[in-house]
Amino acid sequence: MSFRIIGTGMYVPPKAVTNDDLSQLVETSDEWITKRVGIKERRISETEFTSDMGTKASLQALENAGVKPEELDMIITGSISGECSSPSTACMIQKNIGATCVAIELQAACAGYLYVLETAAAYFALHKEYKKMLVVGCERMSGIVDFQDRSTCIIFGDGAGAAVLERADNYIDSVFTVKGNDEVIRIPHFVGTSPYFQKTQEDIGTPYIHMQGQETFKYAVSSIAQDITTLLERNNLTADDIAWIVPHQANLRIIDFASKRLGIDPSKMFVNIEKYGNTSGASVAIALHELAQSGKLKRGDKIILCAFGGGLSNAACLIEW
Amino acid sequence: MVKEEIINMLAEATDKDAAEIEMETTFADLGIDSLDMTEMAMDLEDKFGIEFTPSPEINTVGKLVEAVEKLVAEA
Repeated sequence: MSFRIIGTGMYVPPKAVTNDDLSQLVETSDEWITKRVGIKERRISETEFTSDMGTKASLQALENAGVKPEELDMIITGSISGECSSPSTACMIQKNIGATCVAIELQAACAGYLYVLETAAAYFALHKEYKKMLVVGCERMSGIVDFQDRSTCIIFGDGAGAAVLERADNYIDSVFTVKGNDEVIRIPHFVGTSPYFQKTQEDIGTPYIHMQGQETFKYAVSSIAQDITTLLERNNLTADDIAWIVPHQANLRIIDFASKRLGIDPSKMFVNIEKYGNTSGASVAIALHELAQSGKLKRGDKIILCAFGGGLSNAACLIEW
Repeated sequence: MVKEEIINMLAEATDKDAAEIEMETTFADLGIDSLDMTEMAMDLEDKFGIEFTPSPEINTVGKLVEAVEKLVAEA
């Protein structure tokens, strides 16, 4: 017993920051970013924290599902950029939407939403009385990006996506991999002001995103190709059986090169990176909502969601819509 | 074998004739950026069973051929 998705929602803040805007901050250009990353603009929050955006996406998902907050049995969020270590964004979303159910947050960086869905499936299996859950990916990446670092500040954006899940059998299969590594992608915390701790911020790095571009690219392409191949083979499917693949929107070049290596028509990959950039744990949730709203997805379609990121953590799942 | 493979890859990636690509040709001349290099590195890894991460110092076709031939010999 797992779940089916009965409603989705998303929210991005109103301020669009274009490549030309960023070229005023760091040495870059619209042509360079478009060619290498595929992003034209990203939304950057001016006043809203992560849980505020998660709340708005959640309310839309509940409305689209026709579900009231009091009907929820659980809320699970995936985020690495919440405004507080505690309360989590899950707790604040529970409060903001007027739900009373249990709420937990987990983090697997850009793959967070996939880990949230897997955890939801596990809780449906554990608690036979659970009927409906809310899952959310929400990020204010602009809070953990160094806007003087041109290699990262052009990539990330803010936003949230959410879905309401109902007990069913539509979460068909999943694959999860973690290769513990703090060199390829790393986001250190503020080291603190303890007079007793003998290490400094310099020892751990500035509290912003640090990425090795080429290594991240190789890891991302390999993980997409491997995870999708595993799901197809294990379920006796070919790419022709899959209506859509919804990949983490990290970099258009990653998505295109993974398609090429898989021998899959790139038009089968749902892409919206040009509008929002990389919204980390929110990206697959936002993309899935936009795909659902586009009318291109029919009930009964098989789709694959896949993501990869810091951890290093990657995952993919096969869902019947 | 490595040299031919690399030249064929570059010719395909840039829509150029293989005869136009010489050992002294720089990747900048070919319009090859760092992500193109990474994509080619992944294809070379699969082809020759090596692990290879391009560095900025490898900026000509000849230097790439030399680096990959060394890794293939060590593999």
